Amino acid sequence: SGFNERCAQCSEVNWGLTDGGRFYCRSCHNVTERTREVVNTDFITNSRVQKISKGLRKQKKTDGGCEWYVCEAFQLVLKKQAEALEALGVCPQMKDGILYNFWRCYLQKSKQAYCNRPSGETGKALSVCESSTDVESEPERPSFLHLLSLSESEGDLQTDCSFASSMSKVSESTSVYSGSVDGSLYLMKNQKEKLRMTMPMTLSFCYMALLWSREPITLSELLRFVAEGHIPYLNVFQHFPEKMNLCGVDLKIFCVESWPVYEEVYNKMLELAAFLDLPRFPEITDSCFLHPDMLCIKYLMEANLPDELHIWTCRVVKKIGIGEVDFLTLVPGNKSTRKVKYDILAAAVIVVVLKLLFLLDDHYEWLLSDFAEERNKNNKEGGLYFEFKKWYKVVKHSLDVEQKKLDEERAKYLWRCEKPLFYSVKNKSKVLKRRQMVVSLQSQFGKLSGSVQRAEKPNPSSFQLSWSEENTDGSCFHGHSLKGILQEKRGLLTAMNPDYWLCTVKLCNEKLCGHLAHYREVDFPQSYHFVLRLFSFLLRIQPSYIHDEVCMIEHKLFNKKLYKKLKYNTVLRK
Amino acid sequence: SSHEHKLNFTKSKEVCLSYIQDAMLQKQWKRAAEFLTSYVEALEKDYSREPIGPSEMIWRIGTEILCHHSHSSMREFNCFIEQMKTLGIKRYLKVCLEHVFHLLCNGQTDEAYQNLSLAESWRFGEQAAIQDKEMKLIRAYRGLLDYHSWSKQKNILLEHGLDGFADLSVEQEMHSSFRKAAVNLKEIIKIPGVWDLFVKCYVDLLEFYGDHNEAHQVLNEYAYNSKFPANPNAHVYLYQFLKRHGESKKSLVSALKILHDIAPSHELMIDFNTMLQKSKKRKKRRLGLEVIFAALDYAGWKENAKAWSCLARQVKQIVISDKHLDWIKQEWNCRKDWWPAFHFSRYLAKRNWQENKSLSYEKALVAGILLGKDCKYFKYVSHQGCKAQVKRFRMLKKFVNRHNPVYLRICS
Repeated sequence: SGFNERCAQCSEVNWGLTDGGRFYCRSCHNVTERTREVVNTDFITNSRVQKISKGLRKQKKTDGGCEWYVCEAFQLVLKKQAEALEALGVCPQMKDGILYNFWRCYLQKSKQAYCNRPSGETGKALSVCESSTDVESEPERPSFLHLLSLSESEGDLQTDCSFASSMSKVSESTSVYSGSVDGSLYLMKNQKEKLRMTMPMTLSFCYMALLWSREPITLSELLRFVAEGHIPYLNVFQHFPEKMNLCGVDLKIFCVESWPVYEEVYNKMLELAAFLDLPRFPEITDSCFLHPDMLCIKYLMEANLPDELHIWTCRVVKKIGIGEVDFLTLVPGNKSTRKVKYDILAAAVIVVVLKLLFLLDDHYEWLLSDFAEERNKNNKEGGLYFEFKKWYKVVKHSLDVEQKKLDEERAKYLWRCEKPLFYSVKNKSKVLKRRQMVVSLQSQFGKLSGSVQRAEKPNPSSFQLSWSEENTDGSCFHGHSLKGILQEKRGLLTAMNPDYWLCTVKLCNEKLCGHLAHYREVDFPQSYHFVLRLFSFLLRIQPSYIHDEVCMIEHKLFNKKLYKKLKYNTVLRK
Repeated sequence: SSHEHKLNFTKSKEVCLSYIQDAMLQKQWKRAAEFLTSYVEALEKDYSREPIGPSEMIWRIGTEILCHHSHSSMREFNCFIEQMKTLGIKRYLKVCLEHVFHLLCNGQTDEAYQNLSLAESWRFGEQAAIQDKEMKLIRAYRGLLDYHSWSKQKNILLEHGLDGFADLSVEQEMHSSFRKAAVNLKEIIKIPGVWDLFVKCYVDLLEFYGDHNEAHQVLNEYAYNSKFPANPNAHVYLYQFLKRHGESKKSLVSALKILHDIAPSHELMIDFNTMLQKSKKRKKRRLGLEVIFAALDYAGWKENAKAWSCLARQVKQIVISDKHLDWIKQEWNCRKDWWPAFHFSRYLAKRNWQENKSLSYEKALVAGILLGKDCKYFKYVSHQGCKAQVKRFRMLKKFVNRHNPVYLRICS
């Protein structure tokens, strides 16, 4: 079916229609005698749209595909992502109980404003609601907790597609080509509905579910697993069933052309939580992985810093109250509290502690290191004193190596997959030809790459840098002592360093410019930049985000002094 | 917050490209191939708005890698190029042409010829018309290869001719090659440009078949048509042609005069000076002196004994005749500030004496006349020469001493 004959002149299959209704070859302009009536109307791209407007549903199309809605596809994506998380060790509860219910809740709430309804027609509630809950449909929105309390094994996520059939008729105004039934509607800007589903948002869903279940995965880790390919994201449509045909504007929705950014995913998650009217999240207490005291342990280990620093991070956390349950627990919709980014917060605490103990002004830390070195020479027995210089050398070397590897991997990253997508049937052959050529060239030059074979995905690991105390080369600093840089004052151990420099005296208004401060490498000491760079690598975010958190912590820590200073200034003016 | 660090497809490929570039600059072909493998999927995205799209990048980079990589073969290269031809219709003929160059560089003349013929017969709507320039070049190179065939066939015939064995088919082929070559070569040299090789071949053909007029016409056009860029070779070819055909001294001189104007350091300046020195006309002899002085202004001529002997001969002749000393004076005027250090330093005297006695002899004569018998160069060389008891140096010493007043007159 369809005019798929090869052109007699140039063997291409690339036909167009002349005004006279004859077929002509676009490649060589050879005009045939075949006219339109002879050909099956499936060839014409508008035919699918005409079918939709007639309200045909669930009818198998002649090309063997089935009708599907964008939401079904996203549901599939979420399912795949959840399964991957489960494979990484996340408890099944997260997927079946929490994520599933979040999604249901979202569907219900968003369907209110989801599609254009001709006036007069009342929206039907989803059959999901009807069959599995006895909650009233609109305008009463069921509460999320109510949903949660219902049986959690209400069918597998995938088979619960029955909501699709009771969806209202799609408006006849669709004239945009898509494989899905409602792809074009999806992309139409509709002010009423703000939270239209996107690919990055699937990660927001995942993170939200992870946070709710207090799983030991931070957002930066989640995104790293995505980038490493352990969680489906790029080319996730490969997992869609054969019959689900993606084309036209579906590509805009499901074809990802960029990696999700921490800020984006995080902010969407907050929006989502508010949109779903979620209540206060389960509490983050000091036994939770996400609590700064716990995360600091992890990051201190990864940064190859002495365990003794943990006492200091705990002290800072306690002093400024960022270990409090109320501070750490997410309350959606509450605009007054600053939302917590657990990973960045913990990293920033460590940076502040390093500044407290070592000053990090490109001078003092090296001095301290020299003293420690002297002591280490003379002190043959007992533990080693921590030498900043040695630590810097060791960690910098590893960091440079890993960063270089990461940069190269990113440069070599393959975005396309074996299942190429094409916008329409028209450019299918072109896309397939291109794909063929790409595969052929990859094979040819791949052979010339020498022994370098594309390595298998590395096993997902929580630690990117690891240091072993068993190494005799002294490259592990976990057990080193901070004695050299501390002194006793009135029974308390304090830092020998009496000074501290603030990253910024005045914080910016985050709501106006998006940041608390504006980090420029040249404005700060190199040691400080190094430390930021280290955590920037571990968390895969820009140093400026960590810098923001450091500023925030510093302002809390030195609040009184700053306040005094301001007060003093105003007194002077008077 | 801004997401300028957001890693997307486009940026990712840009970064990949910079890695390829670095690897290529450091001649790390394996590494370049590794990154190119990742880059090629850029073909699957539409870059139609960029000036240089991925398909052109891949063609050029891939070509470089395949040329230099130790494990790649011509077969692989050809296979790659065939794929590249299908990638960019707008570049089709250019790719064909460059492919042909590579084949020629690798001695695969037959394959090159086949490719040229194929390319010549290519039709693709209006594209062939748009790529008109490349098409002309393709025809021109085919003409060149036809000439090459003709040349081979001619040599075969000449050899066999000596044996008394005439091969009719080879002769027919030869004439056929001539016709094919002539048509295309004639066409390309009409276009203003530098077509040295094509002109030479075409002229060779014409001369063989006795069409001297046409050959002369072609060379004249090539040398004198102002639309063509100034090209010393054009004049050289014309000069050589005129010489071959025993043309008048006058025509030879006018051909070389222009060469002197545009390339005063050309090697033919020796011939030119020799010709001019012998002339009866004063103007010509004057020109000769100018020509040889100008040539020796160039560093590449410093140790050219022949050139120095020309100058020495002429200077000597002028000095002996005691006429036209003002010529020497005029030429020397603008050179007296820098020639002494440039040609006649003590260091050079020593070196010239050690390395090339004839050279030092000629130079010493010139130095002696221009700078007087007390100049460093002359003193050293003549002293060395007399010490070594070489006759001509003794003669030289006497000559310069005798004519020392000349120096004084030149100086004033």
